[in-house]
Amino acid sequence: MNGRTDWTAHIVLGIGVALFVLPVWLVFSASTQDAAMIGRGELSFIPGAGLDIYWKVLSEGAPGVAPVWHLLLVSFGMAMSIAIGKITISVLSAYAIAFFRFPFRLLCFWMIFFTLMLPVEVRIIPTYAVMAGFGLINTFTGLTMPLIASATATLLFRQTFLAIPDELVEAARMDGAGPLRFLRDILLPVSAANIAALFVILFVYGWNQYLWPLLVATDSRLDTIVIGIVKMIGADTSVEWNRVMATAVLAMLPPVAVVVLMQHWFVKGLTEGDK
Amino acid sequence: MERRTIFGGWALPAAFVLPQLLLTIFFFIWPAGQAIYGSLTRQDAFGLKTQFIGLENFEDLLTDPLYVESMGRTVAFCVAVTLISMGVALLLAVFADREIKGRGIYRTLLIWPYAVAPAVAAILWILLLHPQIGMISHGLKALGIAWDYKINGTQAMIVVVLASAWKQVSYNFIFFLAGLQSIPRSVIEAARMDGARGWRRFRTILFPLLAPTTFFLLVVNLVYSAFDTFGTIQAMTQGGPGKSTETLVVKVYRDGVVNLDLGGSSAQSVVLMLGIVMLTVMQFRFLGKRDKT
Repeated sequence: MNGRTDWTAHIVLGIGVALFVLPVWLVFSASTQDAAMIGRGELSFIPGAGLDIYWKVLSEGAPGVAPVWHLLLVSFGMAMSIAIGKITISVLSAYAIAFFRFPFRLLCFWMIFFTLMLPVEVRIIPTYAVMAGFGLINTFTGLTMPLIASATATLLFRQTFLAIPDELVEAARMDGAGPLRFLRDILLPVSAANIAALFVILFVYGWNQYLWPLLVATDSRLDTIVIGIVKMIGADTSVEWNRVMATAVLAMLPPVAVVVLMQHWFVKGLTEGDK
Repeated sequence: MERRTIFGGWALPAAFVLPQLLLTIFFFIWPAGQAIYGSLTRQDAFGLKTQFIGLENFEDLLTDPLYVESMGRTVAFCVAVTLISMGVALLLAVFADREIKGRGIYRTLLIWPYAVAPAVAAILWILLLHPQIGMISHGLKALGIAWDYKINGTQAMIVVVLASAWKQVSYNFIFFLAGLQSIPRSVIEAARMDGARGWRRFRTILFPLLAPTTFFLLVVNLVYSAFDTFGTIQAMTQGGPGKSTETLVVKVYRDGVVNLDLGGSSAQSVVLMLGIVMLTVMQFRFLGKRDKT
């Protein structure tokens, strides 16, 4: 404001950034070093042998764990299914609740609202029992379906839809737009920013799941990358730290890329949606 | 708020809510019902007979010193994680809100950790604090501290608190920064005119105006630290050594999945549900109040 450099701010923010960037740099640098050296505690900040290790973990993984390309594939499938599934069913149900009057509408609304209070971690054992009843243990459907129901997304879309002026709806109807065309031509474009923000939040949410996959998918072909990493460090025999760290880097890349690339929508959607 | 104009018919909306409703019933309401039912009954050893026993499971739970201990531990853990992550985030947000060069870059560099999985955050901290390979551990040992969180419970707690708080800073940062930016510049200018600067300006003007954000984050962070940190704890200590990092969620997992005590873990699930219902109600009452003013 007055042309002088605000050194305090730069120093505080610099330390803050270092607090987050340095550990990740260290992980990257460890991934390129010799496993035995890391094991002896001779970890260095300077990257070592090169990036061959990435090719190695991608194609062969680590003992007892599927190759990392497969882990990434499962994680990607899971994150995408959850994000797209949640957005789709939430848009539809919010549309029904905001623009129609049908029997038991309020009951439906409150039932959906109720789920806000039950994160997976709270209902693990009983949900597991229900899944076992459906025969969904160790299936991709079982991995994703229970995480798709979402009150937050429905409430967010309902809020957006309620803010659309009645005149707009009236005009659309005068032009002969039926409910489906109204949804496609007006509601979806209007909520594009919300959808983008939710996509980021839900993609990250799906990618980072740990407890649910741990319970429902014991088959190693359904291991996500997060599960794979924890398995690698849980090995009783000596841990190959360079492999673990290379996998950790690969596990962080996709969700971080999504957040950074879509930062603008993500921040707006997060803070304006009050979730 | 209700709309005046609506579409007619009920078949279409019914078809639209159906998927959401089915998922809700099968994966939320039914399991929750099962948990409540399970918490009020007892099965014999072979699972052949089920007997209604009222609140006995809860009595057992609340008189079980291990459970009460775990509750206390969870509260301490949540408070520590919440205070550290919110404190650091607020400090960073206040400085990132100043008009300095490179603001946008700082912001991006502070936001991305939002995307790191709790279990992966644990990996980062293992590399720093692991008794054999940890970078900071060597420094601590050089200072004469016997650092090994695999055998020292207090150190284990410190480690999981740090890793959990680290992961949550960026979320809080985003909200604090948005909160600060929504404060009208005129208010800040007026404070400057009155000679309020630095710490005093923050304490008397900014912090009170941030109260809604702070309260919202307080609830979100308590929920995060109680539930989402399972991955972090599992990856670093599995609740150990002994039970020194066994929070309530880790305990449900250990008792229900590892030790297969279903009645007891149902009761535990119900207690967790009550906890989260309380937090959610608090949050909504507060948000509701804010909307009216």
